[in-house]
Amino acid sequence: MEKRVTFRSAWLPYVLVAPQLAITVVFFFWPASQAVWFSFQLQDAFGIASEFVGLENFKALFADPHYLQSFKTTAVFSLAVATSGIAISLLLATMADRVIRGALAYKTVLIWPYAVAPAVAGVLWAFLFAPSIGIITYVLKGMGVDWNWIIQGDQAMLLVIIASVWKQISYNFLFFLAGLQSIPKSLIEAAAIDGAGPSRRFWTIVIPLLSPTTFFLLVVNIVYAFFETFGVIDATTQGGPAGATQILVYKVYYDGVKAADIGGSSAQSVILMFIVIALTAVQFRFIERKVQY
Amino acid sequence: MVEKRPLLDLFAHAVLVLGAIVVAFPIYVTFVASTRTFEEIMQVPMPLLPGEHFLENYAQVLFAGTTTGSRAAVWNMLLNSTIMALIVPLGKISISILSSFAIVYFRFPLRNFFFWMIFVTLMLPVEVRIIPTFQVISNLGMLNTFAGLTLPLIASATATFLFRQYFMTIPDELAEAARMDGAGPMRFFWDVVLPLSKTTMAALFVIQFIYGWNQYLWPLLITSDESMYTTVIGIKRMIVGGDAANEWNLIMATAMLAMLPPALVVLLMQRWFVKGLVETEK
Repeated sequence: MEKRVTFRSAWLPYVLVAPQLAITVVFFFWPASQAVWFSFQLQDAFGIASEFVGLENFKALFADPHYLQSFKTTAVFSLAVATSGIAISLLLATMADRVIRGALAYKTVLIWPYAVAPAVAGVLWAFLFAPSIGIITYVLKGMGVDWNWIIQGDQAMLLVIIASVWKQISYNFLFFLAGLQSIPKSLIEAAAIDGAGPSRRFWTIVIPLLSPTTFFLLVVNIVYAFFETFGVIDATTQGGPAGATQILVYKVYYDGVKAADIGGSSAQSVILMFIVIALTAVQFRFIERKVQY
Repeated sequence: MVEKRPLLDLFAHAVLVLGAIVVAFPIYVTFVASTRTFEEIMQVPMPLLPGEHFLENYAQVLFAGTTTGSRAAVWNMLLNSTIMALIVPLGKISISILSSFAIVYFRFPLRNFFFWMIFVTLMLPVEVRIIPTFQVISNLGMLNTFAGLTLPLIASATATFLFRQYFMTIPDELAEAARMDGAGPMRFFWDVVLPLSKTTMAALFVIQFIYGWNQYLWPLLITSDESMYTTVIGIKRMIVGGDAANEWNLIMATAMLAMLPPALVVLLMQRWFVKGLVETEK
Protein backbone atom coordinates (compact mmCIF):
# COMPACT_ATOMS: atom_id res chain seq x y z
CA MET A 1 0.00 0.00 0.00
CA GLU A 2 1.38 3.36 -1.02
CA LYS A 3 -0.07 6.84 -1.03
CA ARG A 4 -0.42 8.51 -4.41
CA VAL A 5 -0.15 12.00 -3.05
CA THR A 6 2.96 12.72 -1.02
CA PHE A 7 4.87 15.72 0.23
CA ARG A 8 8.43 16.59 -0.62
CA SER A 9 11.11 17.57 1.82
CA ALA A 10 14.75 16.61 2.12
CA TRP A 11 14.91 16.75 5.90
CA LEU A 12 11.42 16.80 7.44
CA PRO A 13 10.66 13.05 7.29
CA TYR A 14 13.93 12.29 9.07
CA VAL A 15 13.08 14.72 11.83
CA LEU A 16 9.64 13.13 12.19
CA VAL A 17 10.89 9.55 12.51
CA ALA A 18 13.90 10.55 14.65
CA PRO A 19 12.23 10.35 18.11
CA GLN A 20 10.80 6.90 17.56
CA LEU A 21 14.00 5.62 15.95
CA ALA A 22 16.12 7.00 18.79
CA ILE A 23 13.99 5.27 21.42
CA THR A 24 13.88 2.06 19.38
CA VAL A 25 17.65 1.95 18.96
CA VAL A 26 18.53 2.79 22.57
CA PHE A 27 15.88 0.72 24.32
CA PHE A 28 15.39 -2.07 21.84
CA PHE A 29 18.29 -2.74 19.48
CA TRP A 30 21.00 -2.02 21.98
CA PRO A 31 19.61 -4.38 24.69
CA ALA A 32 18.52 -7.02 22.18
CA SER A 33 21.97 -7.20 20.63
CA GLN A 34 23.51 -7.28 24.10
CA ALA A 35 21.31 -10.25 24.93
CA VAL A 36 22.69 -12.07 21.89
CA TRP A 37 26.25 -11.02 22.78
CA PHE A 38 25.95 -12.08 26.45
CA SER A 39 24.51 -15.42 25.42
CA PHE A 40 27.92 -16.32 23.92
CA GLN A 41 29.79 -15.31 27.04
CA LEU A 42 30.57 -16.75 30.42
CA GLN A 43 30.87 -14.36 33.34
CA ASP A 44 32.80 -15.11 36.49
CA ALA A 45 31.08 -15.18 39.85
CA PHE A 46 31.66 -11.49 40.51
CA GLY A 47 30.57 -10.24 37.12
CA ILE A 48 33.95 -8.60 36.53
CA ALA A 49 35.55 -10.66 33.79
CA SER A 50 33.83 -12.52 31.01
CA GLU A 51 35.12 -14.71 28.23
CA PHE A 52 33.76 -15.75 24.88
CA VAL A 53 32.50 -19.32 25.05
CA GLY A 54 30.62 -19.69 21.78
CA LEU A 55 27.61 -21.95 22.07
CA GLU A 56 28.55 -23.31 25.50
CA ASN A 57 25.69 -21.54 27.25
CA PHE A 58 23.19 -23.06 24.85
CA LYS A 59 24.72 -26.52 25.21
CA ALA A 60 24.60 -26.21 28.98
CA LEU A 61 20.96 -25.18 28.81
CA PHE A 62 19.83 -28.11 26.74
CA ALA A 63 21.75 -30.47 28.98
CA ASP A 64 20.06 -28.99 32.04
CA PRO A 65 17.06 -31.07 33.14
CA HIS A 66 15.58 -28.03 34.92
CA TYR A 67 15.50 -26.10 31.68
CA LEU A 68 13.89 -28.95 29.77
CA GLN A 69 11.41 -29.34 32.61
CA SER A 70 10.64 -25.63 32.32
CA PHE A 71 9.87 -26.13 28.61
CA LYS A 72 7.42 -28.85 29.51
CA THR A 73 5.85 -26.74 32.26
CA THR A 74 5.43 -23.84 29.85
CA ALA A 75 3.82 -26.08 27.23
CA VAL A 76 1.32 -27.54 29.72
CA PHE A 77 0.60 -24.13 31.23
CA SER A 78 0.14 -22.19 27.99
CA LEU A 79 -1.98 -24.88 26.34
CA ALA A 80 -4.19 -25.15 29.40
CA VAL A 81 -4.58 -21.38 29.66
CA ALA A 82 -5.27 -20.94 25.94
CA THR A 83 -7.73 -23.80 25.44
CA SER A 84 -9.75 -23.38 28.62
CA GLY A 85 -9.80 -19.60 28.25
CA ILE A 86 -11.03 -19.86 24.68
CA ALA A 87 -13.63 -22.52 25.45
CA ILE A 88 -15.13 -20.63 28.39
CA SER A 89 -15.19 -17.30 26.55
CA LEU A 90 -16.74 -18.84 23.45
CA LEU A 91 -19.52 -20.33 25.57
CA LEU A 92 -20.15 -17.00 27.32
CA ALA A 93 -20.00 -14.99 24.10
CA THR A 94 -22.44 -17.33 22.32
CA MET A 95 -24.88 -16.96 25.18
CA ALA A 96 -24.38 -13.19 25.41
CA ASP A 97 -25.03 -12.93 21.68
CA ARG A 98 -28.34 -14.71 22.19
CA VAL A 99 -29.83 -12.77 25.10
CA ILE A 100 -31.29 -9.31 24.71
CA ARG A 101 -32.35 -8.42 28.22
CA GLY A 102 -29.44 -7.62 30.51
CA ALA A 103 -26.84 -7.95 27.76
CA LEU A 104 -25.07 -4.75 28.79
CA ALA A 105 -24.98 -5.75 32.45
CA TYR A 106 -23.40 -9.13 31.66
CA LYS A 107 -20.90 -7.51 29.35
CA THR A 108 -19.91 -4.93 31.95
CA VAL A 109 -19.21 -7.59 34.58
CA LEU A 110 -17.40 -9.86 32.15
CA ILE A 111 -14.97 -7.23 30.86
CA TRP A 112 -13.93 -6.02 34.30
CA PRO A 113 -11.01 -8.49 34.73
CA TYR A 114 -9.33 -6.96 31.68
CA ALA A 115 -8.57 -3.94 33.84
CA VAL A 116 -6.96 -6.04 36.58
CA ALA A 117 -3.18 -6.37 36.52
CA PRO A 118 -1.96 -9.98 36.20
CA ALA A 119 -0.06 -9.64 39.47
CA VAL A 120 -3.20 -8.39 41.25
CA ALA A 121 -5.23 -11.23 39.71
CA GLY A 122 -2.65 -13.61 41.16
CA VAL A 123 -2.98 -12.03 44.61
CA LEU A 124 -6.80 -12.24 44.53
CA TRP A 125 -6.84 -15.93 43.66
CA ALA A 126 -3.99 -16.73 46.02
CA PHE A 127 -6.13 -15.20 48.77
CA LEU A 128 -9.22 -17.23 47.82
CA PHE A 129 -7.14 -20.39 47.72
CA ALA A 130 -4.88 -19.58 50.69
CA PRO A 131 -4.04 -22.85 52.46
CA SER A 132 -5.22 -21.85 55.93
CA ILE A 133 -7.64 -18.92 55.53
CA GLY A 134 -8.89 -19.15 51.93
CA ILE A 135 -12.64 -19.29 51.48
CA ILE A 136 -12.41 -21.76 48.58
CA THR A 137 -9.91 -23.84 50.54
CA TYR A 138 -12.56 -24.03 53.26
CA VAL A 139 -15.18 -25.26 50.81
CA LEU A 140 -12.74 -27.77 49.32
CA LYS A 141 -11.88 -29.08 52.78
CA GLY A 142 -15.59 -29.58 53.37
CA MET A 143 -15.62 -31.73 50.24
CA GLY A 144 -12.64 -33.72 51.48
CA VAL A 145 -10.00 -32.18 49.25
CA ASP A 146 -6.66 -31.54 50.90
CA TRP A 147 -5.74 -28.22 49.35
CA ASN A 148 -2.29 -26.70 49.83
CA TRP A 149 -0.67 -25.25 46.74
CA ILE A 150 2.37 -24.18 48.69
CA ILE A 151 3.40 -27.83 48.95
CA GLN A 152 1.65 -29.55 46.06
CA GLY A 153 2.95 -28.79 42.58
CA ASP A 154 -0.21 -29.79 40.68
CA GLN A 155 -2.36 -27.54 42.80
CA ALA A 156 0.05 -24.65 42.37
CA MET A 157 -0.17 -25.13 38.62
CA LEU A 158 -3.96 -25.23 38.79
CA LEU A 159 -3.99 -22.01 40.79
CA VAL A 160 -1.87 -20.05 38.30
CA ILE A 161 -3.92 -21.46 35.41
CA ILE A 162 -7.18 -20.36 37.03
CA ALA A 163 -5.87 -16.87 37.80
CA SER A 164 -4.44 -16.46 34.28
CA VAL A 165 -7.61 -17.69 32.57
CA TRP A 166 -9.81 -15.48 34.75
CA LYS A 167 -7.77 -12.44 33.74
CA GLN A 168 -7.90 -13.32 30.03
CA ILE A 169 -11.60 -14.24 29.71
CA SER A 170 -12.66 -10.63 29.05
CA TYR A 171 -10.28 -10.25 26.16
CA ASN A 172 -11.37 -13.46 24.42
CA PHE A 173 -15.00 -12.72 25.19
CA LEU A 174 -14.89 -9.33 23.45
CA PHE A 175 -13.26 -10.77 20.35
CA PHE A 176 -15.73 -13.65 20.12
CA LEU A 177 -18.65 -11.29 20.63
CA ALA A 178 -17.38 -9.02 17.85
CA GLY A 179 -16.89 -12.09 15.66
CA LEU A 180 -20.38 -13.42 16.39
CA GLN A 181 -21.98 -10.08 15.66
CA SER A 182 -20.30 -9.90 12.27
CA ILE A 183 -21.88 -13.20 11.13
CA PRO A 184 -24.68 -12.26 8.69
CA LYS A 185 -28.08 -12.84 10.29
CA SER A 186 -29.41 -14.02 6.93
CA LEU A 187 -27.18 -17.11 7.08
CA ILE A 188 -28.53 -18.10 10.46
CA GLU A 189 -32.11 -17.40 9.40
CA ALA A 190 -31.78 -19.40 6.20
CA ALA A 191 -30.48 -22.37 8.20
CA ALA A 192 -33.31 -22.02 10.69
CA ILE A 193 -35.91 -22.01 7.90
CA ASP A 194 -34.32 -25.16 6.53
CA GLY A 195 -34.95 -26.73 9.91
CA ALA A 196 -31.53 -26.58 11.54
CA GLY A 197 -31.79 -26.23 15.33
CA PRO A 198 -29.60 -24.00 17.47
CA SER A 199 -26.89 -26.57 18.15
CA ARG A 200 -26.73 -27.70 14.50
CA ARG A 201 -26.38 -24.06 13.43
CA PHE A 202 -23.70 -23.49 16.03
CA TRP A 203 -21.51 -26.37 14.85
CA THR A 204 -22.01 -26.00 11.10
CA ILE A 205 -22.21 -22.21 10.67
CA VAL A 206 -20.95 -20.33 13.69
CA ILE A 207 -17.87 -22.42 14.48
CA PRO A 208 -16.46 -22.45 10.92
CA LEU A 209 -17.08 -18.71 10.52
CA LEU A 210 -15.42 -18.01 13.84
CA SER A 211 -12.35 -20.09 13.03
CA PRO A 212 -10.18 -17.08 12.01
CA THR A 213 -11.02 -15.38 15.32
CA THR A 214 -10.37 -18.57 17.23
CA PHE A 215 -7.02 -19.10 15.60
CA PHE A 216 -6.00 -15.52 16.21
CA LEU A 217 -7.00 -15.85 19.86
CA LEU A 218 -5.09 -19.10 20.17
CA VAL A 219 -1.85 -17.35 19.15
CA VAL A 220 -2.56 -14.31 21.33
CA ASN A 221 -3.39 -16.48 24.32
CA ILE A 222 -0.26 -18.54 23.95
CA VAL A 223 1.83 -15.38 23.78
CA TYR A 224 -0.06 -14.10 26.82
CA ALA A 225 0.62 -17.30 28.74
CA PHE A 226 4.29 -17.18 27.74
CA PHE A 227 5.01 -13.63 28.87
CA GLU A 228 2.32 -11.63 30.58
CA THR A 229 1.55 -14.27 33.17
CA PHE A 230 4.88 -13.47 34.79
CA GLY A 231 2.98 -11.23 37.21
CA VAL A 232 0.53 -13.97 38.15
CA ILE A 233 3.33 -16.41 38.91
CA ASP A 234 5.62 -14.01 40.73
CA ALA A 235 2.79 -12.80 42.95
CA THR A 236 1.66 -16.32 43.87
CA THR A 237 3.92 -19.36 43.53
CA GLN A 238 7.19 -17.72 42.40
CA GLY A 239 7.87 -20.72 40.24
CA GLY A 240 7.49 -23.18 43.08
CA PRO A 241 6.98 -25.58 44.66
CA ALA A 242 10.18 -27.18 43.37
CA GLY A 243 9.89 -25.56 39.96
CA ALA A 244 6.37 -26.87 39.33
CA THR A 245 5.21 -23.53 37.93
CA GLN A 246 8.51 -22.24 36.63
CA ILE A 247 7.67 -21.19 33.07
CA LEU A 248 10.41 -20.10 30.68
CA VAL A 249 10.06 -16.37 31.18
CA TYR A 250 10.13 -16.82 34.92
CA LYS A 251 13.35 -18.79 34.63
CA VAL A 252 14.92 -16.01 32.53
CA TYR A 253 14.11 -13.62 35.34
CA TYR A 254 15.13 -15.98 38.11
CA ASP A 255 18.46 -17.01 36.58
CA GLY A 256 19.33 -13.49 35.48
CA VAL A 257 18.18 -11.43 38.44
CA LYS A 258 18.15 -13.76 41.43
CA ALA A 259 20.92 -16.19 40.47
CA ALA A 260 22.97 -13.58 38.50
CA ASP A 261 23.79 -16.03 35.72
CA ILE A 262 23.88 -13.44 32.93
CA GLY A 263 25.15 -15.76 30.21
CA GLY A 264 22.64 -18.51 30.87
CA SER A 265 19.77 -16.07 31.24
CA SER A 266 20.70 -14.28 28.00
CA ALA A 267 20.88 -17.57 26.15
CA GLN A 268 17.37 -18.30 27.39
CA SER A 269 16.28 -14.86 26.21
CA VAL A 270 17.65 -15.62 22.75
CA ILE A 271 15.75 -18.92 22.63
CA LEU A 272 12.58 -17.13 23.74
CA MET A 273 13.12 -14.55 20.99
CA PHE A 274 13.13 -17.35 18.43
CA ILE A 275 9.92 -18.77 19.87
CA VAL A 276 8.21 -15.38 19.69
CA ILE A 277 9.41 -14.80 16.14
CA ALA A 278 8.06 -18.22 15.14
CA LEU A 279 4.71 -17.45 16.75
CA THR A 280 4.55 -14.06 15.05
CA ALA A 281 5.36 -15.64 11.70
CA VAL A 282 2.52 -18.14 12.16
CA GLN A 283 0.20 -15.29 13.03
CA PHE A 284 1.18 -13.26 9.97
CA ARG A 285 0.69 -16.15 7.59
CA PHE A 286 -2.76 -16.52 9.04
CA ILE A 287 -3.51 -12.80 8.59
CA GLU A 288 -2.45 -12.96 4.95
CA ARG A 289 -4.79 -15.85 4.40
CA LYS A 290 -7.62 -13.99 6.02
CA VAL A 291 -7.10 -11.04 3.66
CA GLN A 292 -7.39 -13.35 0.66
CA TYR A 293 -10.44 -14.97 2.17
CA MET B 1 -33.09 -13.68 17.46
CA VAL B 2 -34.15 -16.26 14.96
CA GLU B 3 -36.74 -18.26 16.83
CA LYS B 4 -38.49 -18.44 20.16
CA ARG B 5 -36.90 -20.98 22.45
CA PRO B 6 -37.75 -20.06 26.03
CA LEU B 7 -35.81 -22.98 27.46
CA LEU B 8 -32.68 -22.08 25.55
CA ASP B 9 -33.02 -18.44 26.63
CA LEU B 10 -33.27 -19.59 30.19
CA PHE B 11 -30.17 -21.71 29.74
CA ALA B 12 -28.32 -18.74 28.19
CA HIS B 13 -29.18 -16.54 31.16
CA ALA B 14 -28.19 -19.29 33.57
CA VAL B 15 -24.77 -19.68 31.92
CA LEU B 16 -24.23 -15.93 31.87
CA VAL B 17 -25.26 -15.46 35.48
CA LEU B 18 -22.96 -18.27 36.52
CA GLY B 19 -20.12 -16.80 34.45
CA ALA B 20 -20.70 -13.34 35.88
CA ILE B 21 -20.71 -14.73 39.43
CA VAL B 22 -17.45 -16.62 38.90
CA VAL B 23 -15.85 -13.55 37.34
CA ALA B 24 -17.11 -11.17 40.00
CA PHE B 25 -16.58 -13.40 43.03
CA PRO B 26 -12.85 -12.71 43.57
CA ILE B 27 -13.49 -8.99 43.29
CA TYR B 28 -16.38 -9.18 45.74
CA VAL B 29 -14.32 -11.13 48.29
CA THR B 30 -11.53 -8.60 47.86
CA PHE B 31 -13.93 -5.81 48.65
CA VAL B 32 -15.33 -7.63 51.68
CA ALA B 33 -11.83 -8.33 52.99
CA SER B 34 -10.91 -4.69 52.57
CA THR B 35 -13.71 -3.63 54.93
CA ARG B 36 -12.88 -6.05 57.74
CA THR B 37 -10.30 -6.20 60.50
CA PHE B 38 -7.35 -8.55 60.35
CA GLU B 39 -8.87 -10.76 63.08
CA GLU B 40 -12.19 -11.06 61.24
CA ILE B 41 -10.44 -12.29 58.09
CA MET B 42 -8.40 -14.79 60.05
CA GLN B 43 -11.58 -16.65 61.07
CA VAL B 44 -12.24 -19.74 59.03
CA PRO B 45 -14.45 -19.30 57.07
CA MET B 46 -14.07 -15.56 56.73
CA PRO B 47 -17.30 -13.52 56.73
CA LEU B 48 -18.83 -12.87 53.31
CA LEU B 49 -20.59 -9.61 54.05
CA PRO B 50 -18.91 -6.20 54.10
CA GLY B 51 -17.79 -5.03 57.52
CA GLU B 52 -17.49 -1.63 59.15
CA HIS B 53 -13.81 -0.87 58.76
CA PHE B 54 -13.88 0.50 55.26
CA LEU B 55 -12.65 4.00 56.09
CA GLU B 56 -10.15 2.79 58.65
CA ASN B 57 -8.43 0.32 56.29
CA TYR B 58 -8.34 2.61 53.31
CA ALA B 59 -7.03 5.53 55.35
CA GLN B 60 -4.38 3.26 56.82
CA VAL B 61 -3.03 2.08 53.46
CA LEU B 62 -3.36 5.43 51.73
CA PHE B 63 -1.33 7.31 54.30
CA ALA B 64 0.74 4.78 56.22
CA GLY B 65 1.02 1.50 54.31
CA THR B 66 1.02 -1.83 56.14
CA THR B 67 2.75 -2.51 59.41
CA THR B 68 4.29 -5.93 58.72
CA GLY B 69 5.21 -5.49 55.06
CA SER B 70 6.11 -2.37 53.11
CA ARG B 71 5.43 0.84 54.99
CA ALA B 72 5.23 3.01 51.90
CA ALA B 73 2.05 5.07 51.68
CA VAL B 74 -0.28 3.99 48.89
CA TRP B 75 -1.32 7.50 47.81
CA ASN B 76 2.20 8.02 46.57
CA MET B 77 2.06 4.71 44.67
CA LEU B 78 -1.22 5.72 43.08
CA LEU B 79 0.41 8.93 42.01
CA ASN B 80 3.37 7.04 40.51
CA SER B 81 1.06 4.61 38.71
CA THR B 82 -0.94 7.51 37.32
CA ILE B 83 2.15 9.30 36.05
CA MET B 84 3.44 6.11 34.48
CA ALA B 85 0.06 5.20 32.97
CA LEU B 86 -0.13 8.69 31.43
CA ILE B 87 3.43 8.94 30.11
CA VAL B 88 3.28 5.56 28.35
CA PRO B 89 0.24 6.28 26.14
CA LEU B 90 1.06 9.95 25.58
CA GLY B 91 4.67 9.17 24.68
CA LYS B 92 3.71 6.29 22.44
CA ILE B 93 0.99 8.24 20.68
CA SER B 94 3.10 11.31 20.05
CA ILE B 95 6.22 9.61 18.73
CA SER B 96 4.35 7.11 16.62
CA ILE B 97 1.87 9.53 15.06
CA LEU B 98 4.85 11.57 13.83
CA SER B 99 6.80 8.63 12.49
CA SER B 100 3.84 7.04 10.77
CA PHE B 101 2.96 10.41 9.21
CA ALA B 102 6.48 10.55 7.78
CA ILE B 103 6.32 6.95 6.58
CA VAL B 104 2.94 7.35 4.89
CA TYR B 105 3.17 10.87 3.46
CA PHE B 106 6.80 11.09 2.33
CA ARG B 107 9.06 9.20 -0.03
CA PHE B 108 12.61 9.24 1.22
CA PRO B 109 15.68 7.05 1.14
CA LEU B 110 15.74 4.40 3.90
CA ARG B 111 11.99 4.73 4.41
CA ASN B 112 11.40 0.99 4.23
CA PHE B 113 14.44 0.27 6.32
CA PHE B 114 13.14 2.55 9.10
CA PHE B 115 9.74 0.97 8.86
CA TRP B 116 11.19 -2.49 9.36
CA MET B 117 13.35 -1.32 12.24
CA ILE B 118 10.23 -0.17 14.04
CA PHE B 119 8.31 -3.23 12.96
CA VAL B 120 10.77 -5.69 14.53
CA THR B 121 10.05 -4.34 18.01
CA LEU B 122 6.61 -5.94 17.79
CA MET B 123 8.24 -9.31 18.12
CA LEU B 124 10.06 -8.95 21.41
CA PRO B 125 8.17 -8.00 24.54
CA VAL B 126 10.11 -6.39 27.37
CA GLU B 127 9.92 -9.66 29.33
CA VAL B 128 12.31 -11.31 26.87
CA ARG B 129 15.08 -8.75 27.09
CA ILE B 130 14.86 -7.74 30.74
CA ILE B 131 18.47 -8.21 31.80
CA PRO B 132 20.16 -6.26 29.00
CA THR B 133 17.48 -3.54 29.08
CA PHE B 134 18.01 -3.25 32.80
CA GLN B 135 21.73 -2.78 32.20
CA VAL B 136 21.10 -0.12 29.57
CA ILE B 137 18.85 1.78 31.96
CA SER B 138 21.38 1.44 34.74
CA ASN B 139 24.21 2.64 32.45
CA LEU B 140 22.13 5.66 31.56
CA GLY B 141 21.59 6.37 35.27
CA MET B 142 17.82 6.00 34.91
CA LEU B 143 17.11 3.56 37.75
CA ASN B 144 14.31 4.83 39.98
CA THR B 145 13.23 7.48 37.48
CA PHE B 146 10.09 7.85 35.43
CA ALA B 147 12.20 7.97 32.29
CA GLY B 148 13.61 4.53 33.11
CA LEU B 149 10.16 3.23 33.97
CA THR B 150 8.48 4.34 30.79
CA LEU B 151 10.93 4.73 27.89
CA PRO B 152 11.53 0.99 27.28
CA LEU B 153 7.76 0.46 27.22
CA ILE B 154 7.30 3.28 24.72
CA ALA B 155 9.67 1.57 22.28
CA SER B 156 7.00 -0.48 20.57
CA ALA B 157 5.42 -0.56 17.16
CA THR B 158 1.77 -1.23 17.91
CA ALA B 159 0.74 2.42 17.80
CA THR B 160 2.83 3.12 14.70
CA PHE B 161 1.00 0.33 12.92
CA LEU B 162 -2.40 1.49 13.92
CA PHE B 163 -1.73 5.05 12.77
CA ARG B 164 -0.19 3.88 9.53
CA GLN B 165 -3.23 1.74 8.85
CA TYR B 166 -5.55 4.61 9.64
CA PHE B 167 -3.63 7.15 7.52
CA MET B 168 -3.89 4.84 4.53
CA THR B 169 -7.67 5.22 4.70
CA ILE B 170 -7.57 9.05 4.65
CA PRO B 171 -8.67 10.05 1.12
CA ASP B 172 -5.86 11.33 -1.12
CA GLU B 173 -8.08 14.22 -2.15
CA LEU B 174 -7.56 15.83 1.23
CA ALA B 175 -3.79 15.93 0.79
CA GLU B 176 -4.19 17.09 -2.80
CA ALA B 177 -6.53 19.91 -1.79
CA ALA B 178 -4.19 20.96 0.99
CA ARG B 179 -1.25 21.08 -1.36
CA MET B 180 -3.20 23.00 -3.94
CA ASP B 181 -4.10 25.58 -1.32
CA GLY B 182 -0.43 25.91 -0.53
CA ALA B 183 -0.37 24.13 2.81
CA GLY B 184 2.96 22.57 3.76
CA PRO B 185 3.18 19.06 5.25
CA MET B 186 3.13 20.23 8.86
CA ARG B 187 0.14 22.47 8.26
CA PHE B 188 -1.62 19.49 6.70
CA PHE B 189 -0.64 17.39 9.71
CA TRP B 190 -2.01 19.84 12.29
CA ASP B 191 -5.15 20.89 10.49
CA VAL B 192 -6.24 17.68 8.79
CA VAL B 193 -4.51 14.52 9.98
CA LEU B 194 -4.51 15.26 13.70
CA PRO B 195 -8.22 16.15 14.01
CA LEU B 196 -9.15 13.12 11.89
CA SER B 197 -7.13 10.80 14.14
CA LYS B 198 -8.95 11.69 17.34
CA THR B 199 -10.89 8.43 17.71
CA THR B 200 -7.82 6.34 16.97
CA MET B 201 -5.90 8.30 19.57
CA ALA B 202 -8.67 7.86 22.16
CA ALA B 203 -8.81 4.12 21.55
CA LEU B 204 -5.03 3.80 21.82
CA PHE B 205 -5.01 5.91 24.94
CA VAL B 206 -7.42 3.60 26.77
CA ILE B 207 -5.51 0.44 25.85
CA GLN B 208 -2.11 1.90 26.65
CA PHE B 209 -3.27 3.50 29.89
CA ILE B 210 -4.26 0.07 31.18
CA TYR B 211 -1.05 -1.42 29.83
CA GLY B 212 1.01 1.21 31.63
CA TRP B 213 -0.96 0.97 34.88
CA ASN B 214 -0.73 -2.82 35.04
CA GLN B 215 3.00 -3.15 34.36
CA TYR B 216 4.69 -5.46 36.80
CA LEU B 217 8.02 -7.01 35.83
CA TRP B 218 9.60 -3.80 34.59
CA PRO B 219 8.83 -1.60 37.62
CA LEU B 220 9.82 -4.51 39.83
CA LEU B 221 13.34 -4.35 38.42
CA ILE B 222 13.69 -0.62 38.01
CA THR B 223 12.26 0.65 41.30
CA SER B 224 14.18 -0.18 44.44
CA ASP B 225 13.30 3.10 46.11
CA GLU B 226 9.99 3.02 48.01
CA SER B 227 9.03 6.46 46.79
CA MET B 228 9.04 5.15 43.21
CA TYR B 229 6.85 2.06 43.78
CA THR B 230 3.80 1.73 41.59
CA THR B 231 0.61 0.39 43.16
CA VAL B 232 0.93 -3.09 41.66
CA ILE B 233 4.49 -3.37 42.99
CA GLY B 234 3.34 -2.01 46.33
CA ILE B 235 0.90 -4.91 46.74
CA LYS B 236 3.64 -7.39 46.03
CA ARG B 237 5.88 -5.72 48.62
CA MET B 238 3.15 -5.97 51.25
CA ILE B 239 3.06 -9.76 50.97
CA VAL B 240 5.81 -10.92 53.24
CA GLY B 241 5.20 -14.50 54.21
CA GLY B 242 2.63 -17.14 55.10
CA ASP B 243 -1.12 -16.62 55.40
CA ALA B 244 -1.13 -15.27 58.92
CA ALA B 245 1.83 -12.93 58.46
CA ASN B 246 0.12 -10.81 55.82
CA GLU B 247 -2.31 -8.07 56.72
CA TRP B 248 -4.82 -9.24 54.16
CA ASN B 249 -7.37 -6.55 54.96
CA LEU B 250 -4.84 -3.86 54.05
CA ILE B 251 -3.48 -5.77 51.06
CA MET B 252 -7.01 -6.18 49.72
CA ALA B 253 -7.77 -2.49 50.24
CA THR B 254 -4.68 -1.70 48.18
CA ALA B 255 -5.76 -4.24 45.56
CA MET B 256 -9.13 -2.47 45.28
CA LEU B 257 -7.31 0.85 44.83
CA ALA B 258 -5.05 -0.71 42.20
CA MET B 259 -8.03 -2.08 40.24
CA LEU B 260 -10.28 0.92 40.40
CA PRO B 261 -8.66 3.44 38.01
CA PRO B 262 -8.18 1.05 35.05
CA ALA B 263 -11.63 -0.46 35.67
CA LEU B 264 -13.19 3.01 35.59
CA VAL B 265 -11.35 3.80 32.38
CA VAL B 266 -12.62 0.56 30.82
CA LEU B 267 -16.20 1.02 31.96
CA LEU B 268 -16.51 4.71 31.16
CA MET B 269 -14.75 4.50 27.82
CA GLN B 270 -16.17 1.11 26.85
CA ARG B 271 -16.91 2.12 23.28
CA TRP B 272 -13.37 3.30 22.53
CA PHE B 273 -11.89 0.52 24.55
CA VAL B 274 -13.56 -2.20 22.49
CA LYS B 275 -12.72 -0.41 19.27
CA GLY B 276 -9.11 0.05 20.30
CA LEU B 277 -8.76 -3.53 21.42
CA VAL B 278 -10.21 -5.08 18.31
CA GLU B 279 -8.24 -2.76 16.03
CA THR B 280 -4.80 -2.70 17.65
CA GLU B 281 -4.62 -6.46 17.48
CA LYS B 282 -5.49 -6.82 13.84
